[in-house]
Amino acid sequence: MTTREAALDTVLADLLARHGRDPGRLLQILLDVQARFTRVPPEAVPKLAAALDLPIGEVESTVEFYSFLSRTPVGDYRILFSDNITDRMLGNQTILDHMAKRLGVRAGEVSEDGLVSLDTTSCTGMCDQGPAILVNGIAITRMTLRRADQVCDLVRNRVPVAEWPADFFRVEHNIRRADMLLGADFMPGSAVKAAIALGRDRFLEEMRISNLRGRGGAGFTTAVKWEAARNASGDERYVVCNADEGEPGTFKDRVLLQYYPERVFEGMALAAYAIGARHGFLYLRGEYLYLRPMLEEKLVELRALGVLGRSIFGVGDFAFDIEIHMGAGAYVCGEETALIESLEGKAGRPRIRPPFPVTSGYRGLPTVVNNVETLCKVTEIALHGGAWYRGYGTKQSTGTKILSVSGDCARPGIYEYPFGVRISQVLEDCGAVRPRAVQISGASGQCLTPREFGRRIAFEDVPTAGALMIFGDHRDMFEVALNFAHFFRHESCGFCTPCRVGTTIQAKIMDKIAAGHGTQYEMNELEHLHEVMRTASHCGLGQTAGQAIADTIAEFRGDYEKRLARRDFEPAFDLDAALARAREVTGRDDADSRLVEEGWQLRETTR
Amino acid sequence: MSDDATFMLDGRPIRFEAGQSILQAALAAGAFIPNLCHHPEFKPHGSCKLCTVKVNGRASSACTTRARAGQEVASDTPELNRHRRTLLQMLFVEGNHFCPGCEKSGQCRLQALAYDLEMLNPHYEHFYPPRPIDASHPDVLIDFNRCILCALCVRASRDVDGKTVFALAGRGTAQHLVVDCPSGKLGDTDFAATDKAAEVCPVGAILPKRVGFAVPIGERPFDIEPISVQAAHAAHAEPRG
Amino acid sequence: MRHVAPTPPRRKLRVATASLAGCFGCHMSFLDIDERLLDLIDLVEFDRSPITDIKHCGPCDIGIIEGGVCNAENVHVLWELRANCKVLVALGACAVNGGLPAQRNHLDVGSCLARVYRDRAGGEVPDDPELPLLLDKVRPLNEVVRIDFFIPGCPPSGDAIWKYLTDLISGRMPRLEHPMLHFD
Repeated sequence: MTTREAALDTVLADLLARHGRDPGRLLQILLDVQARFTRVPPEAVPKLAAALDLPIGEVESTVEFYSFLSRTPVGDYRILFSDNITDRMLGNQTILDHMAKRLGVRAGEVSEDGLVSLDTTSCTGMCDQGPAILVNGIAITRMTLRRADQVCDLVRNRVPVAEWPADFFRVEHNIRRADMLLGADFMPGSAVKAAIALGRDRFLEEMRISNLRGRGGAGFTTAVKWEAARNASGDERYVVCNADEGEPGTFKDRVLLQYYPERVFEGMALAAYAIGARHGFLYLRGEYLYLRPMLEEKLVELRALGVLGRSIFGVGDFAFDIEIHMGAGAYVCGEETALIESLEGKAGRPRIRPPFPVTSGYRGLPTVVNNVETLCKVTEIALHGGAWYRGYGTKQSTGTKILSVSGDCARPGIYEYPFGVRISQVLEDCGAVRPRAVQISGASGQCLTPREFGRRIAFEDVPTAGALMIFGDHRDMFEVALNFAHFFRHESCGFCTPCRVGTTIQAKIMDKIAAGHGTQYEMNELEHLHEVMRTASHCGLGQTAGQAIADTIAEFRGDYEKRLARRDFEPAFDLDAALARAREVTGRDDADSRLVEEGWQLRETTR
Repeated sequence: MSDDATFMLDGRPIRFEAGQSILQAALAAGAFIPNLCHHPEFKPHGSCKLCTVKVNGRASSACTTRARAGQEVASDTPELNRHRRTLLQMLFVEGNHFCPGCEKSGQCRLQALAYDLEMLNPHYEHFYPPRPIDASHPDVLIDFNRCILCALCVRASRDVDGKTVFALAGRGTAQHLVVDCPSGKLGDTDFAATDKAAEVCPVGAILPKRVGFAVPIGERPFDIEPISVQAAHAAHAEPRG
Repeated sequence: MRHVAPTPPRRKLRVATASLAGCFGCHMSFLDIDERLLDLIDLVEFDRSPITDIKHCGPCDIGIIEGGVCNAENVHVLWELRANCKVLVALGACAVNGGLPAQRNHLDVGSCLARVYRDRAGGEVPDDPELPLLLDKVRPLNEVVRIDFFIPGCPPSGDAIWKYLTDLISGRMPRLEHPMLHFD
């Protein structure tokens, strides 16, 4: 046995012991392996499979699914640039190019000495304080060229990330408008005590009266979900907090987790109380790794307070605790069944529904999956009752909604409004700069133009998971759609045909248009592909992946048309570039070794 | 009057048994709904999406949707068939499907559906992905070029053979079939030519060795009769009890 | 289907044909329409085609192309036909999806040339400008120019070609169904 292999064995043995040899913790183990070796070494796969009694194929499947796991080594310093459109608008590409030059490594590559790797990643949820990067998984905000230089120096001098200036890692809450949730004081334990005072049935009744609906986007009534889980048969029940806030442009859950963690955890305890769960999971997106130590500390505090643990506040059959699971760079895990697969250590492919998680979720048992914000709202209902809660918002959308506002405005950040607020109001409050369009609810949402700014944020009008990205009148909406197309190609899980292949073809076509080689033909193709993806895809990802393209074509066709070639057809690929390899090996550069269509162009157009 | 256990498929009443999916009931009644990742012996997978139908106006996969009394199911419509053609074209350009050189030609469900839906060309730019061939097993060959990720072999090996020889790994178009052993080679597993997983591949990705072109091209099952007609015949030959 | 009498067009249609990266099998299959060639000749006249040995084509109604696109010369021929034909038909597997020649697409064309000419023959890769340069991948026609109609098959049968062409000539929307629709 080589020393390297022995070292691997030692590390794996230690990790396996720490994770209790639980196959459900495979992803958590792999994240630790990745952090330790800057990759998942190929030899680790069969070893882990044997130790966890899993097929090798299943371990491979998990390893290859998550962006933050890598089969080939990344740098000792792994720098990932958040590449949402809002990061782009804040100039992340200039900074990326600058760093690439200074570090002598291109995006997507690792430096020869293995010191540093540079790449882009999907939105890291810092849109109000971008451009943002992740260094070894930890978020750095407000990147500038100066800060980039500092980062380069620290990397060159091999300064451990833990010793970098604290200011780099400062994540502001940027709460610009606080309402019933963000503006209220909260005494940890008070909500659980209030619910216990009511008793399970009356607390659930209050939940029903409140008509609270899920804040993750789908808007399912929380009380109905809880009751279904409570009534489902199963020896165990689970509460899962979906903190996989991956929708580009959304960052309100990050603020709630960082500044209102007691609310989040207590909301989970309330759900557990209502449905009779003993075990909860916080599924935290990998991009929010920086929050983990603080959240773990908070759990310790809550256990000491008696909000978590056995016989909570003296209720004999109320035992509940929470475990934090990390995501690893997969947007699709925001879909609740994909999230559950991921919690079980597997690749995050959405399941077939029905059965729904409330009857068959984590390990096939009744499971409630709630969004971070929803769980915070639950504490309000426990404290103040359903009728009070219903006093806010609209009939079908009760209470308040927290919006993540970014893009072209003077005051990006977090805005809490009662449901029913007009988009124009939000735009005025945040100081939007001559808005040309607003992308509601992220890349998968809808694109609204000024004539729709009078519409209201509510499930009955404009539903949203909370993102509001503003594009000023100097912005090119094709660039926005192009950014989203690349995002969806990267994030499609690959399970179903329309999404797997459709997102790739759409991205290719968008690239072709971007390169000036698109025609009306490609425009029609984009719309047809969207129609097929919308109709036939397995989950919301594929069904909405082409929406931004369809919306921007409908509303901002000019942004596409100015790029179109003035012909009815353009080849699928660069013909002359396709001869480059043969030119190189033959050493030819004569006229016949080139494919230039100019002469033919004339003949074609006069045909 | 709507029967207790009947739904309407393109205007035709289809009787079903409790627990059947729309696809199962339709196939049992001899009404063909195009499908690729479905197999009567396995749990539905719902990934190919060829069987997408409209149930009371809402799109869903016929293989994963329970049949219920009174449903109005639309399947054989120009719109849905156009979508299906697009899905087939996606599968064709995503892999390397060279029918004239494939032993499965004429017995391949992907090809047969393309005939049935009159797909004349793959339409989209070909990906031409570089994919390997695994000839390590003495009796069975895997040509990954033709794999359509239907997971039938995965399910057959796991659920029938009890071996878990196969799994799907990777994300997006990088998704691919993996073989469950340290070398990743089929020859190093306990896979056998008699396994269920050796016979369920709907395309020419998993093929027995040494049986090349025993039946000449032109005389193979789908050369003789379209897949939709065969499905109708099969239903009449073995009415489901 | 062979008994469907084509409706004669007002004038004879002008047809060009070409074979790119293919095996001429589709042209051979075209000739397999046998005695119907006599019917066809009443309806059409041939411009550039291996049948006429005319080297460049003038304005035509229909262009029929066999084979995929594997080199620069193929591209030029395709451009010429596209520029001169009102309607272009991709005939056969190679024209439709690259076919057999496209089986080289997973190989690096530079390494192939080097291996054949340098490593094995001990010489140099030929650099004669007369030789058309190879594209890095063999492509179907519709990835290079707009194609109006596709007749798959390796080769398509004479019957399929006859059916398709007579539909086209008669102004009907051409259609191929079982058993004439074949990919092999």
